[in-house]
Amino acid sequence: MSEEIPVLECKDLCISYTTRAGEIPAVINFNLRLMQNEAHGIVGESGCGKSTVALAIMQYMGKNGYIKSGEIRFNGQDMTEMSEEELRKIRGSQIAMVYQEPMASLNPSMKIADQLAEVPMFHDGLSEADAKAKALQMLEKVKLPDPPRIMDAYPHQISGGQQQRVVIAMALLSQPKLLLLDEPTTALDVTVEAGIVELIREIADEFGTSLIFISHNLGLILETCDRITVMYSGQAVEIGEIGDVFDEMRHPYTRGLFNSIPLPGADKKSKPLVPIRGQLPLPHERPDGCYFGPRCDFFEAARCDQGLVPLEETAENANHFARCVKFREIEWDAGKPRAVVKEAVVPGDIVLHIHDLQKHYKVESGGMFIFGGEAKTVKANEGINFHAREAETVAIVGESGCGKSTFAKVLMGLEDATAGQVQFGEIELGDMNVHDRDADTISNLQMVFQNPFDTLNPSHTVGSQIGRVIRKFGVETDQTKIDERVLKLLDIVKLPRDFAKRKPRQLSGGQKQRVGIARAFAGDPSMVIADEPVSALDVSVQAAVTELLMDIQRDHRTTLIFISHDLSVVRYLADRIVVMYLGRIMEQGRTEEIFSPPYHPYTEALLSAVPIADTSIEKRKIVLDGELPSALNPPKGCPFSTRCQYKIDGVCDVEAPPLRTLSMENETLRGHQIMCHLSEATLREMRPVFSQKADGEMEPAE
Amino acid sequence: MAAVDIQIPPASLMERLAKPKPMLILFALMWIPLTLYVMFGLSDLVLLPAIPTTLALYVICLWAFRESAVAIIGLTLVFFWLLAAVSAPYLPLLDPNKPIAPFATPFSEKKETFFLLGSDFKGRDLLSRMIWGCQRVLIWGVTATAVAYLVGTLFGLIAGYLAGWWDEAISFVGNVFLSFPVMVLFIVILNYLGPSGFNIIIAVTFASAPAIMRIVRGLALDIKTRDYVYAAQTRGEHPLYIMVVELLPNVRGPLIVDACLRLGYTTVAITTLTFLGLGLQPPDPDWGLMIRESARVAMLWKFSYMLLVPALAVSSLILGFNLLADGLREISLKD
Repeated sequence: MSEEIPVLECKDLCISYTTRAGEIPAVINFNLRLMQNEAHGIVGESGCGKSTVALAIMQYMGKNGYIKSGEIRFNGQDMTEMSEEELRKIRGSQIAMVYQEPMASLNPSMKIADQLAEVPMFHDGLSEADAKAKALQMLEKVKLPDPPRIMDAYPHQISGGQQQRVVIAMALLSQPKLLLLDEPTTALDVTVEAGIVELIREIADEFGTSLIFISHNLGLILETCDRITVMYSGQAVEIGEIGDVFDEMRHPYTRGLFNSIPLPGADKKSKPLVPIRGQLPLPHERPDGCYFGPRCDFFEAARCDQGLVPLEETAENANHFARCVKFREIEWDAGKPRAVVKEAVVPGDIVLHIHDLQKHYKVESGGMFIFGGEAKTVKANEGINFHAREAETVAIVGESGCGKSTFAKVLMGLEDATAGQVQFGEIELGDMNVHDRDADTISNLQMVFQNPFDTLNPSHTVGSQIGRVIRKFGVETDQTKIDERVLKLLDIVKLPRDFAKRKPRQLSGGQKQRVGIARAFAGDPSMVIADEPVSALDVSVQAAVTELLMDIQRDHRTTLIFISHDLSVVRYLADRIVVMYLGRIMEQGRTEEIFSPPYHPYTEALLSAVPIADTSIEKRKIVLDGELPSALNPPKGCPFSTRCQYKIDGVCDVEAPPLRTLSMENETLRGHQIMCHLSEATLREMRPVFSQKADGEMEPAE
Repeated sequence: MAAVDIQIPPASLMERLAKPKPMLILFALMWIPLTLYVMFGLSDLVLLPAIPTTLALYVICLWAFRESAVAIIGLTLVFFWLLAAVSAPYLPLLDPNKPIAPFATPFSEKKETFFLLGSDFKGRDLLSRMIWGCQRVLIWGVTATAVAYLVGTLFGLIAGYLAGWWDEAISFVGNVFLSFPVMVLFIVILNYLGPSGFNIIIAVTFASAPAIMRIVRGLALDIKTRDYVYAAQTRGEHPLYIMVVELLPNVRGPLIVDACLRLGYTTVAITTLTFLGLGLQPPDPDWGLMIRESARVAMLWKFSYMLLVPALAVSSLILGFNLLADGLREISLKD
């Protein structure tokens, strides 16, 4: 094996960018050996240089990026010495790349057929008809439904998942030796992502293509790759076989990463997440010695902060490398550092009662306003029933378009409910717009937003934005007292006090999200709605923000409505889960009930789609066919019937499914409820999606 | 976990312009006396404090825009005319309205008077007329643009944020105004109201405000979907508060560049209007007027300088505004 010429080899690669602040090294001493048919994962947080590596391999670094030293050998040839002409022949034919945003990779003004045909016409010199025939074949291979229709469509006419399949088809058309995938599924929903991941694995086998898979998601890397490189601040800190790195990691950063993602074993009470302290150093402020030093628990002055730390093999012939001077001394098996065990919160009385909530939107179907067609109704929320107790965390889970954000808007009073009741304490909020609510109600119900870059007004200081909330809710009226409270809130969210004078631009994503949390808690709310508060953050920051939210909730006995698409986070922090699909609740129950059988078929697929970064867990694979139906034209009967593998013809697609209550906690609380035509007995027979690998039971991938 | 102090990135364009509050005070100290002097005819003395302020402002701006050569050139051109405007009464100039010796060519002496840029057909000193003339172009141009911005931003924010019927109504009226050729609109308005400085302001507002409204409306439509606007809505803020505090500061950036360009257009418009006899009235010096008066005579090649002097003055000021806009865009892209 080792005699073979690797498809791609990077030797001591150093990449720098020139900026106004001078030269900034983006990647330092990067080594990679990729053999035929191998899949290599590169994982790391934003700004660690993983995308730079991909761009360098394509020799596509823009005006200010350049390779400072080292070489990139493709099939034994040094790419850094090739001419522009030679490179162009390789790009797109021998090396192909798939980017994160499928819509940005496709030309919106060209039909799919023409875009795909370009590749073989340019690289293989085929005629247009042959090229189109080949393109059609490839669309079938990437398992697109009805390829002739897709060929004739413009990119905006097909869904995001289909677009990404087209991009992958385009990349494969010239049968490349090397396929670079830069976060190919990050912009997609989990069930769609699962399909793409499955596809990537299959095509790698079928075409013998080598893959470089760049992702921030360790679970995805586990599912797709053979080897992995963990990057931190421009350096590869650990390289090895997937199994070695996942089970016997030899770098404190890798371990920190694993401790900060909510694996199935984590639990908010007994096994809380352990965030990595501090944050990624900026490229021009990296410390001497080990870049991870300032954030590392094993840091030893005079050893870890001197010189450049070399990448060393962990054992003879292990083919597993770590960049740490102390990895031989650290007791890796001696209990992972665990944060203090936190006591369980006992939920109180019901504070929020949602009864048969409906939210319909009228959509004009175009036309002039005189000749307007019939208005269509989008049922964004339909028959929503659930409740939340004091100090409880209720998670609303679903993919994009399931109506979870609409629900948040109704609750916050930005939209009026079409029908049904929303009882918040004694007050009926359903048709009460935010302007009709009194200050007390408003301050009791606050929200944490999703996008950290949008959550704060860039024009005002952090302090003034928090202060405004305090003044508006009448918590304090005196300016000095307001300032005092702002500082106290900054303490609560663990930010330095001088941040009050800063503009949001000077804060990192995680810090902004903390300010967003401080702002939501400024009026001492009794209920907080968090709309995907951590999904835009890096994993290590995610853990810190999640823990912070939990801590504040515990101290204030706040009810938390946590809206998310990420089931692993939800499993970690929620007490109860509500699963939504196309505006309806498909299943609800306590967290344990949701994560173990009986499942709703949709929940089952959703659980199976979540990538899990744990080698000891075996997952049953269920890949859903098709795409989320349009909310304008939902399926008759059960909304999930178009994609359900248990579908009973003539029943599921005709009648609305009944609500089955599988267990009750007590008379006032809803128990575990599933809305499905399947009989209770069938539901109870379902096997768990997750199982320990030690069971030895191999699950057929059906 | 103590968050590590992150390094503060270099100041954005907005902050360079808005951060030093003294700059705004300096600007006011330069601008208010000039306005009082030109519009309301106060005595020369009001202009005295404006001269050092203008110089100080120039130096500060030079420093703020030091990275962009284009911005520096534009800035220099604009400030050359600003300085000329504030110091006109104190410069050793001839009386701009006094006929001395007609048809003196540049760099020549006639009737014991030296004419640096020559004199016009009535014998008035062109250098003096050019320098005095820039006062009126600057004051009316900038004031008219500012008023147009005030109106345009106000309606833009309302249309963009409140949407619905407000948007329909405001956009409709705006589109009606935009459908007229600008010059036709100017001529109609000024013919109806009569030529005067204040009516120029009204005309420019009618012509420019709809375009500004559209820009602001577009920005507001985008910004109102940001989470911080939702945050303000969910705490029950009044729409007016959201428009002024949450939206307005965030539309400033693109507007500043546009304002520089629009100052250029307005200068062209005002000069054209005076050339057509619809703007400021004789005998006071004005660039458009100078071109109009000398247009006939300057057909002769020998006397073309009479036309060239005011024409170059106008072009250099407009070029200054445009280069400044380009430079500001360049700087803001770098941030």
